[in-house]
Amino acid sequence: MTAISAPDIGLVLLVLGVAAWTTAVRDAFAAVIGFVAYGLLLALLWVRLGAIDVALTEAAIGSGLTGMLLLRAGARAKATQPTAAPPGKLLRLAAAVLCATVAAGLASLVLYPPGPAPSLAPAAAASLPATGLGNPVTAVLLAFRAFDTFLEKVVLLLALIGVWSLAADGHWGGAPTLPWPADRGGALTFLAKILPPVGIVVGLYVFWTGADHPGGAFQGGAILSAMWLLAMLGGVASVPPVEDAALRLALVAGAALFLATGLAGFWVADAFLAYPEGYAKALIIGIEAAMTVSVAATLALLVAGPPARGVRR
Amino acid sequence: MSLVVALFTLITVTAGAFFFLAGTVGLLRFPDTLTRLHALTKADNLGLGLVVLGLLPWADGLFSALKLVCIWLLVQFAGATAAQLIAQLVRRGRSHA
Repeated sequence: MTAISAPDIGLVLLVLGVAAWTTAVRDAFAAVIGFVAYGLLLALLWVRLGAIDVALTEAAIGSGLTGMLLLRAGARAKATQPTAAPPGKLLRLAAAVLCATVAAGLASLVLYPPGPAPSLAPAAAASLPATGLGNPVTAVLLAFRAFDTFLEKVVLLLALIGVWSLAADGHWGGAPTLPWPADRGGALTFLAKILPPVGIVVGLYVFWTGADHPGGAFQGGAILSAMWLLAMLGGVASVPPVEDAALRLALVAGAALFLATGLAGFWVADAFLAYPEGYAKALIIGIEAAMTVSVAATLALLVAGPPARGVRR
Repeated sequence: MSLVVALFTLITVTAGAFFFLAGTVGLLRFPDTLTRLHALTKADNLGLGLVVLGLLPWADGLFSALKLVCIWLLVQFAGATAAQLIAQLVRRGRSHA
């Protein structure tokens, strides 16, 4: 698709407009709503560019999950008295200059790419049959650049540990409290009963189809985490205490299985994170399954926040 | 035959777009949160419903058609719930909207 159509130009202008509005608006709540709309519009742009995997991730994680995290952070910041003075003019100017420099650098790279742009795409496409996968994005994530993906999983866990470390001493081990009191029998409870059965099927499908089509562990896990959060918000499922052993197992399952498979690679395939010939696809699907569970649990608990209730003994 | 189908799609999708336009105008111009919600949910219900209806004859087989209908139903659920939640907030007198 080389010709740019009028709707595409409109979409680009809309994204830029929403981005400018989100930056300019003073109210934190309004800025977060702008950010969510910006993410959804950006996902549409990724679809137009043919990058369905990126679009799914942007919609689920970039817009939905990050938006919810920001909403909670905004509400929390509003509830507490500001202790520090707002940033001065000089600091804000410095931030604006740095952001503009990064944006200009990226724009110049896109507009004037170096000679023949360096690309590993042909090499990745040539090696795709060896993995047994049909989706080159999944092959890159779990075979060619598996170490990066493994570290991403660990970073997610570290982020959750960072959130948990905000808990008060007396609350450690207890359950997080969700922002809205569960309105039993209300509209949210109704949705929490109707939607999760559909959402769980969609989430598992997105994970499973990721081997050959756009989708995968992160996108599927994000959908599952949204369903779990909805069930907890609607009061249909209880929020688990963070000392729960099954919960902690679910959190580390993905990274642990990834690491175990990687170490086993030393013996069966001569290298860390290498897969033995012929078993690549089965191992990748296995790791992705564990990662889906871990991603779903980690993302939901990131939104739920630090434990805020003591353990009932 | 294909001309009839094309005309049907043209009419229903145009009507759907009209409802989205009317809903947007209502969202911008109606005086309070509850009437604005009313305008918004009408656009979701009828606007998207008509667009989906118009696209059904062009769906790639029965399963694609079912997917389109499912998307409409899911948007109904999400839209109706969000409208209820916002209306509850308004009733409690702590309006964010």
